[in-house]
Amino acid sequence: MANYKDYMLFEKLPHTWCAGCGHGIILQAIADAFAMQGLDKHDIALVSGIGCFGRVDDYLDINCMHVTHGRALPAATGIALANPELHVLVTMGDGDGATIGGNHLIHCARRNINLTAVIANNYNYGQTGGQYSGTTPAGSITATSPYGHVEPGFDICKLAEAAGAPFVARTTPYNPMQIRNLIKRGMQTRGFALIEVMDTCPTHYGRLNKFGDAGPMLEKLNNMTVPVEKASSMSGEELEGRIVTGVLTDRPREDYYTRYKRIIDRLSTEKGSVPSA
Amino acid sequence: MAMAKKFNISINTKNCKQCGICSYLCPKEVLEQKVGGYPEAVRPEACIGCRLCEMRCPDFAIGVEVVQE
Repeated sequence: MANYKDYMLFEKLPHTWCAGCGHGIILQAIADAFAMQGLDKHDIALVSGIGCFGRVDDYLDINCMHVTHGRALPAATGIALANPELHVLVTMGDGDGATIGGNHLIHCARRNINLTAVIANNYNYGQTGGQYSGTTPAGSITATSPYGHVEPGFDICKLAEAAGAPFVARTTPYNPMQIRNLIKRGMQTRGFALIEVMDTCPTHYGRLNKFGDAGPMLEKLNNMTVPVEKASSMSGEELEGRIVTGVLTDRPREDYYTRYKRIIDRLSTEKGSVPSA
Repeated sequence: MAMAKKFNISINTKNCKQCGICSYLCPKEVLEQKVGGYPEAVRPEACIGCRLCEMRCPDFAIGVEVVQE
């Protein structure tokens, strides 16, 4: 059976992330999700953006591309349309995927491009010093909101769901098996799959918001979670400040390439209907 | 009755950043760690081989393997 180490560049370790950062847990889960499916390295492509979590491509021994801030999804859209047989993964942080590249996220979900997007949401821009991002909850202390954040944060899953994504799920690094299983399910979904991992940033967000060290922070994060099955019987007030985990949406619908290919096939079989250049 | 499985826990000190996740969250308290030190498997006989430390290690620094079936 394939081992996750086969998909990684172990000689590049130790990685650049801080002690206790949850990104390493997600990196291992991504590599292990490949191993669980026994995928050929050449059948996978991974695109990452800028930010702490954009660095996952440095440690993976697969086809990788590291693009500009917030533009990982457009680059991945190109790859997915050029070679529809590839498993295309996109790794982004909350700043990259939902704030600077937020527009690309909703349109990728609307178009239903065959991608699997893994968003590590650690509530801040870690690489530049812990400034608030679009997902930072109201009242949180960050480098740029020292008296408490004024704005409410985005719910990335609800955003993708409303935009039409066929598979949306959420998990935490406390539960590494769930990350693996959700990424695997996302990769097996034909169309846009979004997996949001509520991540820990003990260096910036955790320290300023009194979450404690890496271990206690993971535990506190887990205590805030509610499985989606249980959440359905809870009121909006009870769910205030809680994180709903599990498969939030699973409603398959035809992806962009399938619909596009149908037009190509129809026009190439109907003689004379293709306008000559 | 089948013999209880035994596990060997290895810690790669080159990769470990001493974040304390493995020792804090080990369900059987197999690992112990002092501030500023690497985790140590002080009760390896209590290990049930759940591999949560391995999967939760952000630094790929801990491994659990079966040494005796």
